[in-house]
Amino acid sequence: MPERIIVPFGPQHPVLPEPIHIDLVLEDEKVVEAIPSIGYIHRGLEQLVQKREYPEFVYVAERICGICSFIHSLCYCQGIEKIMEIEVPDRARYLRTIWSEYSRLHSHLLWLGLFADSMGFENLFMRSWRLREKVLDVLEDTTGGRVIQGTCKVGGVRRDIGQEKLDEIHRGLESFEEECRDLGHVFLNDTTVKNRLRGLGVLSKAEAYDLGAVGPTARASGVEMDHRETGYAAYGDLGFKPVIETAGDCYARCAVRLREVHASIDLVRRAIEEMPEGPIDVKVRGTPEGEYFSRAEQPRGEVVYYLRGDGTKNLSRARIRTPTLTNIPSLVKMLPGVQLADVPVVVLSIDPCISCTER
Amino acid sequence: MGIFQMTKTVLRNLSGGPATRRYPAVAARKGPITRGHVVFNPATCRSCGICSRRCPSGAINLDKEANFWEIDRMRCIACGECVEGCQFDSLTMEQEYFPPVVDRVVERYHITYVKPEKPAKKPKEEGAGENA
Ligand code: SF4
Ligand code: SF4
Repeated sequence: MPERIIVPFGPQHPVLPEPIHIDLVLEDEKVVEAIPSIGYIHRGLEQLVQKREYPEFVYVAERICGICSFIHSLCYCQGIEKIMEIEVPDRARYLRTIWSEYSRLHSHLLWLGLFADSMGFENLFMRSWRLREKVLDVLEDTTGGRVIQGTCKVGGVRRDIGQEKLDEIHRGLESFEEECRDLGHVFLNDTTVKNRLRGLGVLSKAEAYDLGAVGPTARASGVEMDHRETGYAAYGDLGFKPVIETAGDCYARCAVRLREVHASIDLVRRAIEEMPEGPIDVKVRGTPEGEYFSRAEQPRGEVVYYLRGDGTKNLSRARIRTPTLTNIPSLVKMLPGVQLADVPVVVLSIDPCISCTER
Repeated sequence: MGIFQMTKTVLRNLSGGPATRRYPAVAARKGPITRGHVVFNPATCRSCGICSRRCPSGAINLDKEANFWEIDRMRCIACGECVEGCQFDSLTMEQEYFPPVVDRVVERYHITYVKPEKPAKKPKEEGAGENA
């Protein structure tokens, strides 16, 4: 039996600029066990609910993650709205959907770039990010912020998008979709990429389900689970079918995200076409009293907010469970059996976001 | 197909020029509603304090006695709450991002707003003390 050695991977490592540490137990070049540890960037944001008033906490929630920022604030606002029994106007629901989907586009394109980078395909990385810039421009022109949108508030949204701008976005989607198709073509059909990704880091459907995988990680293994199906915001009106792949390897996870890019474009298009007229917010009075589990689908999977209010201006408890935390057990399952050189690719394939995980 | 794909990219890269810009030598892109930084107009501020109460990060400090309005640029998250809250148009959101700095920047303004003289109902008027 070959000798076993332990290679520490992280907290500073070449794949992602976020601190996760994994002890890799190797036999020659092959990983036989992976032991993760987190806890490098805990910021205590949940505790801040006791210091910030509940409408102000939206800004804190948004800053938990720099990528899923809008959906964090959306999930928080939906929770408070449920507790306080606020009915959000239709136009606000549609606008929230558009911004959510744009967040997803920018997250997925960012991920595709990083993923290409982890394989050493620099050119593809740059192409993905150049494309992502178009998404960020739309976000900036409609919300005022590139990655921190700051447009969601309890009771609706803070900004409207004018009809002219909506039409412009709608027109722009066509060429954008075309470019995404070109980009996806390289990811899915390039021989080098295929050889690198096929059969790597396989997670079976049963494992994904048992280990509580969420988001594209679960969907790539054939688990049909997407929180958008439950119809929060305007997803209920627009109709939505989750994107599923069955192979469960890195290639399938890549394919799921690429197809989700197109699903998002389609959702934005339909949201713009069916955009109702009307107010964008309602006046919020009183303070939240009660508790609620709020859930939303982030680009990385399902996020859960547990919120409890005691009738004062500050909530008494917030508990946030982010998708990466539940995907780490799946990651630990994927790693044994892969070569050391493939570890960065496999780690990245779950789209880890450590600052979300530790809050 | 692969070669055709690559040719397209190469040609576009050759004709298109770089997709990045040399910030800060070249200014960052900004849109019509980009939240860059907050600008204060000391001539119209009535020291009502709404901005400092609404600010989620505690960046604004208002001293009503000494007539000073302060903003801590490093705390400000450019959310725009103060601008929305101000009833007297003293605050505006400019589109340019605040330039990169290496030190903490706290801007302090002396509020110069003078209460207009009331149309004299009574001969005794107290307007002094407003302008420090
Ligand atoms: S923009 Fe937001 S963070 Fe900045 S001073 Fe105004 S309220 Fe405070
Ligand atoms: S800036 Fe506006 S909101 Fe702030 S104290 Fe002056 S008048 Fe009031």
